[in-house]
Amino acid sequence: MEVPILKQGPYLIATIQSALTDKDIVQLRDALVEQVGKFRARGVIIDLTALDVMDSFATGMLQDMAHMVRLRGAETVIVGIQPDVAFAMVHMGLTLEGVTTALDLEEGLAHFECAGVPGRGG
Amino acid sequence: MNPDVAEGTLVRIESDLDIVSARMQGRAIAVQLGFGATAATLIATAISELARNVLLYAGRGEIVLTSVEHGTRRGLAVLAQDRGPGIPDIPRAMQDGYSTSGRLGLGLPGVRRLMDDFEIESSAGAGVRIVAKKWMPYPMT
Repeated sequence: MEVPILKQGPYLIATIQSALTDKDIVQLRDALVEQVGKFRARGVIIDLTALDVMDSFATGMLQDMAHMVRLRGAETVIVGIQPDVAFAMVHMGLTLEGVTTALDLEEGLAHFECAGVPGRGG
Repeated sequence: MNPDVAEGTLVRIESDLDIVSARMQGRAIAVQLGFGATAATLIATAISELARNVLLYAGRGEIVLTSVEHGTRRGLAVLAQDRGPGIPDIPRAMQDGYSTSGRLGLGLPGVRRLMDDFEIESSAGAGVRIVAKKWMPYPMT
């Protein structure tokens, strides 16, 4: 299932709505990296609230995605990692190192505003 | 006990859609057996890694989910098997950070940490057979 990407001001918000296949994750990565340029976005939020499992592939892809978005001049915040998913990630040794995380969408948006990620022309 | 679970549920792994299907069925069976939500997530994550391993290295194979008992303990066994090229150096494949696919290399060592028991058999050319079990923390009443 393709992940919808919403544009809200200078931010792109991708909300995962169901379990993702490996192809879906690769597609999301490519779409976000492309749309950062298309919409001249300054920030990307990926909401994982509804994701069932974060395994080594999903973690690696999200990490790559955040680094690629940074190379394109925008910042990524990953939000909504559930307690059970966080527990499994820690057990596996998956850290999402170098990637900013926040509790939920609200905190993710607040992070951008506090970090002074400005809107275009703002 | 659901007889289907006692006999084992077979999930064929032939595409990345089957990885999702295997881990969803694994979670449902774990919950049905009485595992809590956290343990069910650990099991689903392990199944996801095992199924991807099958797809990545062998192209196809299967996951079999079976309810197991040992004394008064009940658990879930996840069998992953394929007829692919096999793993020539198992100790190396079990090292953190070792990967021939260019990814994180946390797959199999991660599965061992997520589950309670972990057995792997492989010989070059004869595929891989992995059995990973998770036990419930409390004995059966």
